[in-house]
Amino acid sequence: MSDTTFARLDVLKTYKLYVGGKFPRSESGRVYEVTDSKGEWLANAPLGTRKDARDAVVAARAAVKGWAGTTAYNRGQVLYRVAEMLQGRREQFAAEVALSEGVGPKKAAALVDAAIDRWVWYAGWTDKVAQIAGGANPVAGPYFNLSTPEPTGVVGIVAPQAGYGHSLLGLVSVIAPAIATGNTVVVAAAADAPLPALSLGEVLATSDVPGGVVNILSGRTADIAPTLASHQDVNAVDLTGAIAADGPGAAQALEAAAADTLKRVVRPELDPFAQDWTNAPGTDRLLSFLETKTVWHPMGI
Amino acid sequence: MSTVAANAPGVAGSGLQDVAASEASLRRFLHGLPGVDQVGLEARAAALGTRSIKTTAKAYAIDLAISMIDLTTLEGADTVGKVRALCAKGRTPDPTDPTTPRVAAICVYPDMVATAKDALKGTDIQVASVATAFPAGRAALPVKLADTADAVAAGADEIDMVIDRGAFLSGRYFDVYNEIVAVKEACKRPDGSYAHLKVIFETGELQTYDNVRRVSWLAMLAGADFIKTSTGKVAVNATPPVTLLMLEAVRDFRAATGVQIGVKPAGGIKTTKDAMKYLVMVNETLGDDWLSPHWFRFGASSLLNDLLMQRQKLATGRYSGPDYVTVD
Repeated sequence: MSDTTFARLDVLKTYKLYVGGKFPRSESGRVYEVTDSKGEWLANAPLGTRKDARDAVVAARAAVKGWAGTTAYNRGQVLYRVAEMLQGRREQFAAEVALSEGVGPKKAAALVDAAIDRWVWYAGWTDKVAQIAGGANPVAGPYFNLSTPEPTGVVGIVAPQAGYGHSLLGLVSVIAPAIATGNTVVVAAAADAPLPALSLGEVLATSDVPGGVVNILSGRTADIAPTLASHQDVNAVDLTGAIAADGPGAAQALEAAAADTLKRVVRPELDPFAQDWTNAPGTDRLLSFLETKTVWHPMGI
Repeated sequence: MSTVAANAPGVAGSGLQDVAASEASLRRFLHGLPGVDQVGLEARAAALGTRSIKTTAKAYAIDLAISMIDLTTLEGADTVGKVRALCAKGRTPDPTDPTTPRVAAICVYPDMVATAKDALKGTDIQVASVATAFPAGRAALPVKLADTADAVAAGADEIDMVIDRGAFLSGRYFDVYNEIVAVKEACKRPDGSYAHLKVIFETGELQTYDNVRRVSWLAMLAGADFIKTSTGKVAVNATPPVTLLMLEAVRDFRAATGVQIGVKPAGGIKTTKDAMKYLVMVNETLGDDWLSPHWFRFGASSLLNDLLMQRQKLATGRYSGPDYVTVD
C-alpha cells in the first residue's frame, strides 16, 4: 500500500444537444467555449449546425401528432411534472444561471424559482386557453357554431439572449407557452448562455414530455435561426432572441425569410436588453401559436 | 421448358448452356458458386455508403433516382382513383417544377393494369404489374401463369413475379427454374414480343447471402430481365449488402455470357440519402452501363416525396416539408 492519496477527479459534464428525446453531439462534431460573464471558461457546448436544425425540425414534426392529440388536461399534468423535476434540480440551475448571467447566488435562486413558477402557471393554462381563444359564435341559422384553438404545428424559437433572467426564466417563458397549447418546438438556445438550456433538456427528458416535443440546439444564432425561419416545415417562429443589428441572424432578415413561407411571427422587443423577464407574461405568447378551427353542428340532433 | 434461356445467344457458347439441363447439373452449378464473405460484403456495402455527394452531383443523382423509380402502390385498399392519382404523380412528380423528370414505371396489382395504362397514355412511363400470387407466391402453377397472362393481356409492360421461396429453401431449384421459364413464356404477347420479366427473390426470407447469390444466378439463367430484392411486404426488405451481392451477380453474369440483366432493390428505401448510397454502389460495382432506368430501378413509394423535397431544397435554398408534396 502506498501512503500517497490521490485527489478525486471530478466528472466533467459534456453538454449535448437535445433532439428527439435523445442527447446527440452536434452533427459537425464541433464544440465552442462557453464562458461566464467575466470571460472565464465554463464548459464546451456543442456547436449546432444547419443540419442539426433540420434534423430537429424532422423530430419536432414527427412529435406534433401525438402531442397535439394529447388531451389538454394531460398536457397540463405533463408540464406540471416538468416543474417538479426543475424543483429537484434547483441548486444546479441556480449555479448555472449565476455563472451565465453574472448575478449573485440569491438573485439566481430567485430567478430559478420564478422560472419554476412560470412553468406551473403555463401548465395551468393548457385546459383553459380554449375558454379565452375559442367560444360559441352566434349564427343566423339552426346551428351551433363553435371555434376552438388548435396548435399550429412546429414552432422555431430563437431563445432570449438578453434581458434580466434571460438564460432560464426567459427560456421557460418562450418554450412553455408554445408547448402548452400543443405545438412542438425547436429552440436555438442563447449562444452566450446555453448551459441552463441544455440542462433543461435533461429535465424534459426525465419528465413525461414525449421526445421531439422540445428540441434544444446550442450554437451560432446566425446559423440556426435562418434555417428555422426559412424551413418550409416550420409553421411559426418566435424571434425573441434575434438581437443582431444586421446579418442573417437579425430580426428583419429572419422575418423576411419567414414571410416567404407564410409563418406566424413573434417579433422581439424593441429593446431586448431592457427586457425584464420577471414581469408577468400575460397571455400574448400563449395565443401566438394557435389556429382557429370552427365547426358547425346542426341543432336538435 | 428449360430451353428458353439456355438457347439465348449469350448463354449458348458461354459454357453455361448445359447448366440447367437437369436437376442435378443445376444443383451442382449453384452449389459450386463461391461462398459469400459476409464480413467483407457488409463492410464493402457500408464503405460505399459513406460517400459525400453534394451540389451538382447531388442534383444529378436526385434526377437520376427520380427517373429510376417504380412508383408503387400494392395495397388491398387500392382503388381506381388512387391508381389514377399515382399515375398523375408519376407523370408530373412536382407540379411546381416542370423540369422534374418522370418516374420509370407505375407498379400495381394486375387488376389495376388497365386503369394505369389508360392514365399513362401518351407517356413513355411503363406499367409494371406484380403477378404469380404476389406477395406469397403460394398458388398452383396454372393459377400463377393465368395471373401473369392476364396482366400481360391487360397491357402490362413489365411483370414482377415472385419465386416460390418454399421450393427454393427446400432445395428444389429445378422447380423454381422451370417456374420462371414458364412465367417468361406467359409474358409473351400475341405479336411475339415479351413483357419485361422482373423476378422477386424476397431476400428477407432467404436466410443466407449464399442463397441470394444462388437464386440470382438461377433467375438469370432462367431468363429474368431484372432481378429484384423484395416484395416490400416482409420485415426485412432491400438492404445494401444484399443489393451489392446482386449487383456483383449481374456483373459476373454479363462477363460470362454477355447478357446484361437489370437490378431493382425494393422496399425500405425511403430517403434521398438511401437512394444515393445505392447509386454509388451501382456506379462502383457496375459502372455507367447500369446507371439508367433501363437497368436499375427503385421499387418505392415514399422515396419520391423525399427526393422531391431535396430537389426543392437545391432549387430554392430552403428546406422543404411534407406539406409541399402530395400525400399518397
